[in-house]
Amino acid sequence: MTRLAPLALLAALAALPLGLGTDPYLLNALITTGILTIGAMSLNLLLGFTGQLSLGHVAFFGIGAYVSALASLGFEVEVGFGLRVVHEPWPAAVGLVLGTLAAGACGYLIGRLSFRVRGAYFVIVTISFAEVVRLVALNWVELTQGPLALTNIPAVTLGLPGLGYWTLKTKAQNYYLVLAVGTLCYLVIGRLVGSRFGRAMRGLKENESLAMSVGINATRTLTVAAVISAAMAGAAGGLYAHYLRIIDPDVFLFATTVTMVIMVVAGGKGTLMGPVVGGLIFGLLPVLLRPVMAPEAQWIVYGLILIAILFAMPKGIVPGLRALGARRRPASPVLEVNPAVQR
Amino acid sequence: MSALLSVEHVGVRFGGLVAIADLHFDVNPGEIVSLIGPNGAGKTTAFNVMTGFLRPSQGEVRFRGTSLAGLPPHEITRLGLARTFQRTSVFPDDTVFDNVMIGLHRQGSLMSRAPLLDTLLGRGGANERRLRERAAALLERVGLAGRSNEKAGSLAYGEQRLVGVALALATEPAMLLLDEPVSGMNASETRVFVRLIRQIRDSGVTLLLVEHDMPLVMDVSDRIVVLNYGRLIAEGPPAAIRADPAVIEAYLGQGSAARHAGAGAREAEHA
Ligand SMILES: Nc1ncnc2c1ncn2[C@@H]1O[C@H](COP(=O)(O)OP(=O)(O)OP(=O)(O)O)[C@@H](O)[C@H]1O
Ligand SMILES: [Mg+2]
Repeated sequence: MTRLAPLALLAALAALPLGLGTDPYLLNALITTGILTIGAMSLNLLLGFTGQLSLGHVAFFGIGAYVSALASLGFEVEVGFGLRVVHEPWPAAVGLVLGTLAAGACGYLIGRLSFRVRGAYFVIVTISFAEVVRLVALNWVELTQGPLALTNIPAVTLGLPGLGYWTLKTKAQNYYLVLAVGTLCYLVIGRLVGSRFGRAMRGLKENESLAMSVGINATRTLTVAAVISAAMAGAAGGLYAHYLRIIDPDVFLFATTVTMVIMVVAGGKGTLMGPVVGGLIFGLLPVLLRPVMAPEAQWIVYGLILIAILFAMPKGIVPGLRALGARRRPASPVLEVNPAVQR
Repeated sequence: MSALLSVEHVGVRFGGLVAIADLHFDVNPGEIVSLIGPNGAGKTTAFNVMTGFLRPSQGEVRFRGTSLAGLPPHEITRLGLARTFQRTSVFPDDTVFDNVMIGLHRQGSLMSRAPLLDTLLGRGGANERRLRERAAALLERVGLAGRSNEKAGSLAYGEQRLVGVALALATEPAMLLLDEPVSGMNASETRVFVRLIRQIRDSGVTLLLVEHDMPLVMDVSDRIVVLNYGRLIAEGPPAAIRADPAVIEAYLGQGSAARHAGAGAREAEHA
């Protein structure tokens, strides 16, 4: 894939609502797809670039959603010893930031807890963590309303003092907000991956002992990656809460993690565009299939398409296309100038 | 002269197996010391203890006077003690050039106080350029400049060993531990490598070498330490080691008389 592909995709996505008009059904699908794609991008930072599988990734997403929703709704809870905590509602934008930070903080805790051992241990810790937070959301009814859901979550209001404020009520507005956050996450991940930090992550993934022997602090590097990854998942969760304006403990469903893993693996883990491509395909696929077949058939086709993709391109779509492109122009690697010499 | 590295009565046990019994020796600044012994003698295990990959069951290692007990590998590297590995010596999916860039991790952090923040704000450009220059210079030094853009995992085994050396040198060590660096190299590559070893020493780096290639060991070492079954059985200059009955016994006793003779022949050829 060329350097221009991401830009072209961004331009197409930015123009899409103009072409679609205001078809709410499609816009809604695009928004939720976009939110999940941000989740997939954040998962890819860990799974693709460090090789650590977070099978409880939805926990960070859900924490971002709940923290952001609660911060902007306000709450009053008993915390024991007769102490009550009262929180007055804050603006939704502040909630989004808090949700992002809270998820990042949880990423830090999980990282510190599990990255001394890594591998399977991290997978187990993340799964358990997701289950614990789901149970908290379900049972701490005073705070979260439990299964009754948090409702009337305010829409995001953006603006600057003196310039005016906009409340993002329409689908098109929310679409652009999601697109903006997604683009920001893409750029941040791009910068990280291309830097010394990205090299440290790759080194740890490819040969951990060797990486440590050149002075790379494995625990620290992986923990930082987990913090950034969790924070991005939290931001996605916050967007989700303020867009739908209602959330219940189902935001912690394991199936959402699985969807994100599918997006990353099908699109190509360890590539920048992989989760975007995988996210768009597997986010929109159910929407495209729904009008043409029965629900049971939809999931079978979904599975078959996934299998077909991984059969044809075991490393995912983006690496697969790249390999195809390289085969078509076999001369290009030879002509490529060594960047070290070029400068 | 005070020792740069002191291995002080180190013992390592894996369950019931005593991999190292009671290893005790020093390496002085500027020396090339070889640690030799038959297969399974405990040489790699000793390296793993020195570089923090293994906790010894007894004893400790001191480097530049400070105890390395309890330090993780990356901190030991930062103190100036680097190593190569016997088995895998590269990041296989990256180019040779990017391998060395990964190896320059430590140098990158010395150039900036908040490298992560610089990265996010796009301020790392000048440092990146300097790192690239250093990477190119390192590859030149080990003779891999022509291989910069190749995937490290696809190089010949001998060349991968050189990448490993470049990675270790990238940390700017005061002392370098090399674990069987010439395995997989042919005779002419080995001769070039001997020059590299000398050149590394002349640049002020102390060397501890584990190697089965006896002609090479006899050729470059100032001093040799011999291990057998986790025990130190001899220590001294090459001439003394060559004549040491315990050493000959250790190698012959392992049923490697033929290898011993072969090594002798190759050594003659080498000279
Ligand atoms: N992690 C481990 N667990 C159990 N036993 C081990 C471990 N590492 C090494 N050993 C054993 O310790 C002994 C010493 O091994 P070591 O790798 O240090 O030998 P070596 O001198 O490097 O041999 P070679 O010349 O073959 O590389 C061997 O018997 C080996 O099987
Ligand atoms: Mg060994």
